[in-house]
Amino acid sequence: MTDTSRFGPATLGLHAGQSPDAEFGSRATPIHFTTSYVFPDCDTAAARFDLARTGHVYSRISNPTNAVLEERIAALEGGVGAIAVASGQAALHLAITTLMGAGGHVVASRALYGGSHNLLTYTLPRFGITTSFVDPADPAAWRAALRPETRLLFGETLGNPGLDVLDIPTVATIAHDAGLPLLVDSTLSSPALLRPIEHGADLVMHSATKFLGGHGVAVGGLLIDGGTFDWQASGRFPTLTEPYEGFHDMVFADESPVAAFLLRARREGLRDFGACLSPMNAFQILQGIETLSLRMARHVANARTVAEHLAAHEGVVSVAYPGLPGHRDHALAARLMPQGCGSVMSFELDGGRQAGRAFIEALRLFSHLANVGDAKSLVIHPASTTHFRMSAEELARAGIGEGTVRLSVGLEDPADLLADLDRGLAAAARAAGRTA
Amino acid sequence: MSGTAHIYRAGRPDAEGPVVVFVHGAGHDHSVWNLPARYLARHGYRVLAPDLPGHGQSAGPPLPSVEAMARWLLALLAEQGIAQATLAGHSMGSLIALEAAAQAGAAVEGLALIGTGVPMPVAPALIDAARDNRAKAHAMINQWSFSPGALIGRGAVPGQLAPVGNLRLMARQAEGVLHADLLACDAYQGGLEAAARVTCPVLIVCGQRDQMTPPRNLGSLGDALSRDASRLMIHTLDACGHAIMAEQPDALTDTLVHWRSSF
Ligand SMILES: Cc1ncc(COP(=O)(O)O)c(C=O)c1O
Repeated sequence: MTDTSRFGPATLGLHAGQSPDAEFGSRATPIHFTTSYVFPDCDTAAARFDLARTGHVYSRISNPTNAVLEERIAALEGGVGAIAVASGQAALHLAITTLMGAGGHVVASRALYGGSHNLLTYTLPRFGITTSFVDPADPAAWRAALRPETRLLFGETLGNPGLDVLDIPTVATIAHDAGLPLLVDSTLSSPALLRPIEHGADLVMHSATKFLGGHGVAVGGLLIDGGTFDWQASGRFPTLTEPYEGFHDMVFADESPVAAFLLRARREGLRDFGACLSPMNAFQILQGIETLSLRMARHVANARTVAEHLAAHEGVVSVAYPGLPGHRDHALAARLMPQGCGSVMSFELDGGRQAGRAFIEALRLFSHLANVGDAKSLVIHPASTTHFRMSAEELARAGIGEGTVRLSVGLEDPADLLADLDRGLAAAARAAGRTA
Repeated sequence: MSGTAHIYRAGRPDAEGPVVVFVHGAGHDHSVWNLPARYLARHGYRVLAPDLPGHGQSAGPPLPSVEAMARWLLALLAEQGIAQATLAGHSMGSLIALEAAAQAGAAVEGLALIGTGVPMPVAPALIDAARDNRAKAHAMINQWSFSPGALIGRGAVPGQLAPVGNLRLMARQAEGVLHADLLACDAYQGGLEAAARVTCPVLIVCGQRDQMTPPRNLGSLGDALSRDASRLMIHTLDACGHAIMAEQPDALTDTLVHWRSSF
């Protein structure tokens, strides 16, 4: 039994967080395209600023459309609440800066989305926050990387693009034994397939740009707080347990032991860094979430078909998809994601970079672009695009080769997808000097 | 005692003025009160919301009876040098406030009973679950505490889900605390007698959709309190469940402020 409520994920995806509005009874979520909100009187204005009354003040801090999205994703994930932000990158940045400042340290899986890798490797060190990267499948490596100044453990449910499955229960135990929280990027699995908080994660983030939206029209990010981590008992999070001068000496963990993280992230992080989400994007992402359960089932079915087809093809050296028995994390995936492990996969073409180029350029249905999780099928060559800043050694460690191609399998008719892939594979074979 | 009791003061530790003491219910802590507490603390009141023993950040085992919790509360106020106070309690906290008002006489200037019922029998299945299977007990409490709209619809605080927050807050309390609290509620038989001894103004706030302490059961409490009817005010919040502070915090604040400023 999930402890979120008695409702299932399809129902929550359609209803959670929204009540028909009091004025018109609108069934769909209205788009509150407004920067600010008229106060009924001066007393209410002051009380809203001082967190003595509920209600919105300014759309950088909160917005009624965004609130529906936040509450809906929190319900799907089993969290006490969420914050909608401008992008997945903003969600990761908000999580880290809420928990630590200069001197802080993160232990992260080295199988990460390239953008997260950039933020942790190149950008945050300029602000005094450093990261150690570890093999996500090696518990001893996670433990060994912990330092007195570590404040967060971080990994992806499905490491992009090698598709390593994060052993959330094991890494959560390592984190909790050290008095630290675990943040999980759940972008590639979505709550339709995996709810990390139920497995021990404390914080969850999404690039809502991907499966949650599903349509590929809106960039957005979400940060969810499970409400499970005891900041006071840990004693390592003065941002949450000591008076904050920037908000009338509020002690967030005293104000709300279960929502302290969200309070600080909104009252400081959104207020000062300002990476808020447009209500238009929030609306579009909500439209996507309404059909998330249905879409993920179809994504998984199509991905299985594609993975099996590729694995059986002579021009393919290997396929990385945890749904296949040969994947290193197949058993773990079956345990954590019994309904399937998403629709992103990568595979290695015989013939290296040349074959990869020919393959991608011969495809007609798969769009060559830098995204995943669209309803439409997508393809990219990570070594020359999303992960181009990585050294050859880092690429190898992240499981990316010269001939690695990443697919995000969409919702098209499976026969059409296979025909398109066969066209690409034939072109790859010609480029590699083989007859298809 | 002061070494062991944690008191939330709504960010205004130096506030002066009439004292309002908020008493939380079973399996909870002070944080259920933060919105009305912050409002009153900024409108001329000195606010205290203690964590009961064994709850939140207050040490010690939970106290075994409502009478003992009432004595503890009055001792805490004495220790804080407070001679007169208005007591506001939710659910089990309403029983504690009621019993304390009867014990303390004129030292209690006003009594607000929120989500109350006297007596307050607790379903045996819930008491057993609190002992044997806390997650199940928490789920039962949520089912009975929130109105249908609040279980799935829009929350009062943008971006937060009060039902999940309630589960997490209960899960944070030590093993045995909820069970002890529910037993204390169930066993408290002195409520109607205590009500008959209360002389100060009384406010009852009830949620129209409350399944935990349904408003239809308020008859005998109303009778016991209303020997002086001018001193009893009953306010029903439409569409609201038992989790009144979580579901309609602003309406509760309005009701409390309106009532408290009338004396
Ligand atoms: C797993 C993962 N996390 C985070 C991000 C960053 O999200 P956004 O592009 O919305 O900033 C992405 C984007 O590709 C991603 O795939």
